[in-house]
Amino acid sequence: MGIDYIYPEFEVIRNESRCVTCQVCQRQCANEVHRYDPDLGRMLSDETKCVGCHRCVSLCPTHALKIVKNDCAFRENANWQTGAIKEIYKQASSGGVLLSSMGSPAPLSVYWDKLLLNASQVTNPSIDPLREPMETRVYLGKKPGLVDRDDKGNLTYALEPQLELSMPVMFSAMSYGSISYNAHKSLAMAAQKLGIFYNTGEGGLHEDFYCYGGNTIVQVASGRFGVYKDYLDAGAAVEIKMGQGAKPGIGGHLPGAKIVGDVSRTRMIPEGSDAISPAPHHDIYSIEDLRQLVYSLKEATEYKKPVIVKVAAVHNIAAIASGVARSGADIIAIDGFRGGTGAAPTRIRDNVGIPIELALAAVDQRLREEGIRSQVSLVVGGSIRSASDVVKAVALGADACYIATGALLALGCHLCRTCHTGRCNWGIATQRPDLVKRLNPEVGCQRLVNLLTAWNHEIKELMGGMGINSIEALRGNRLMLRGVGLTETELRILGVAHAGE
Amino acid sequence: MELNAKNLEFRELNRQLRQGGSVFHITGCCGQRFIAAGMDGKTITIEGIPGNALGAYLNGASIEVLANAQDAVGDTMNDGQILIHGNIGDAAGYAMRGGRIYVKGSAGYRAGIHMKQYRDKVPVMIIGGVAGSFLGEYQAGGLILVLGMNRGGAPLVGEFPCTGMHGGKMLLRGDVTGIRFPRGVCPRPAGEADLAEILPELERYCGLFGYDRNQVLDAPFTLITPDSGNPYRQMYAAN
Repeated sequence: MGIDYIYPEFEVIRNESRCVTCQVCQRQCANEVHRYDPDLGRMLSDETKCVGCHRCVSLCPTHALKIVKNDCAFRENANWQTGAIKEIYKQASSGGVLLSSMGSPAPLSVYWDKLLLNASQVTNPSIDPLREPMETRVYLGKKPGLVDRDDKGNLTYALEPQLELSMPVMFSAMSYGSISYNAHKSLAMAAQKLGIFYNTGEGGLHEDFYCYGGNTIVQVASGRFGVYKDYLDAGAAVEIKMGQGAKPGIGGHLPGAKIVGDVSRTRMIPEGSDAISPAPHHDIYSIEDLRQLVYSLKEATEYKKPVIVKVAAVHNIAAIASGVARSGADIIAIDGFRGGTGAAPTRIRDNVGIPIELALAAVDQRLREEGIRSQVSLVVGGSIRSASDVVKAVALGADACYIATGALLALGCHLCRTCHTGRCNWGIATQRPDLVKRLNPEVGCQRLVNLLTAWNHEIKELMGGMGINSIEALRGNRLMLRGVGLTETELRILGVAHAGE
Repeated sequence: MELNAKNLEFRELNRQLRQGGSVFHITGCCGQRFIAAGMDGKTITIEGIPGNALGAYLNGASIEVLANAQDAVGDTMNDGQILIHGNIGDAAGYAMRGGRIYVKGSAGYRAGIHMKQYRDKVPVMIIGGVAGSFLGEYQAGGLILVLGMNRGGAPLVGEFPCTGMHGGKMLLRGDVTGIRFPRGVCPRPAGEADLAEILPELERYCGLFGYDRNQVLDAPFTLITPDSGNPYRQMYAAN
């Protein structure tokens, strides 16, 4: 109906002089944008279906295609921007809650870009990482609070279980179901090769991936999908998911249509049944209740594995983290509001939570003031895009970072933000076998290894420039940071001085 | 093996359970949490009152409690059996996927919340007395049976039973007038075929707790199942 018509977001530009009608674009597009017309002897496009994922552009052998943003515009209005108008139309026609994928595209504050790193000049030497040893290894878990010696003067301590990471980056939780078998396999293989960890998300662990258990964090969320003894035993650590940066306070809902075959088997629920993760854990109403879940998991795994509690960055995050630290958790993972998702209500994703930079600074400060910082490690996620973001996060107080969107980009994701349709042309956010096989796990693994190997070099370069040869010496070292264009309040919360000070 | 739990912390109690043999008789239990968490191949009888999360992630062990139990009995239980001769607290059988929880007495809030089933795993929870509010919330599979025996004037179930139910079935014995069920579930009188299906479980239960089978069956039963497996399908608009 005309009133519901929304002009296509993208325009497919086909250079007819280059197009050889090989129909690769037609075969590659799961959204069915391209179609060969035998009568006309040429390719036609249905732009209403285009999501701008560039699969056709990337694979067109004659480079005959480009996808451009459509310039057909509503009458300009600073208040009622195009997105806001379209959203009204969509809801007026459907009555539905708006559902989006990936991190928010809105122009939210990115504090990483307003923080600058220090470097040594004249008075202290910088270090060349190519010639001198440089340590990026980190251990996550509870650290002893006191130095204890026996009567012979030897150190005595029973170290709690730790995760050893070759560099301060891990792949954060993405469930099998939200992403494909091959995407999971790529992450698992890369985590093993790199000496880091990937995270199952809340969808259980596929039987084929138990062999990567030493580099796997298994997640326990409110739906408890696929959670049983063998699963808990398989992982190197157990993560309790209390919240996610893209949708704090909201549960998950994988529609029955996606619960097929292996996904059903891995989640241990029947095919076609909805997988609903309730918003809260219905047995957790307090820090004491959280402690009960933490310790039930420690009991079930005989205290051999660290327990991570993942929370979304929200207003009182410092007090919440203090409580979590006292619940017995070994590691706190905090997810900022720019974090990604396979599907989240748009309004929640774009309006709920706080930026990870402010949350991290507040939590690190609070735990230090309370003298319990060494009782937990801090892992932060929610849009870590580069090695410099990692270094800034460590300087603000993080032990390590979680990345997910960055990892998916390495696997070929083009950030078209339509994961919820299940028709990912790059074989990542889909369960369609013909699409899944487009992602070769060997290639995917290598690309992830390449990405993080490069980041590790960059982390070392940045550290070396500051005259720091161990990542441990950078943690919480906010003297290495300066802010630009930030208000007094922002600088106070971040605990950094303004550039020039 | 005799195990006196007096003054034992839960960690030590579980360590002894894991190390020792396969048959245990625990005496003097007084609030120790997480007993038998994740265990299989054990038969454990408990005298005294176990603490929260008894049999969490239970993977095949069999537990019998001769008194009451507290909250979160059989949390995320995968297989095995838990028999409680008294009453139980809140959130029993949260997300349980397999095995049985039989309670002679009554249950607190949120019994059987998010219970599931998968292939040959169909968990069963039978409550002899009454159940509190939010019984079977988010139920996704399995069988919940509330008998209402010896309940006097107490309501059979509290408020909001079956909220968000999207799988499995619930059977309530006795008069259900006045119980408000949510939209999205279909309560109807249970027929002979429905009762025949649960009869083996029910007879086993009656035998274990000394209830008279014929007396239990001499009452109307109401069967509640979800309307559709996909209750939230129409809620969203792609953006």
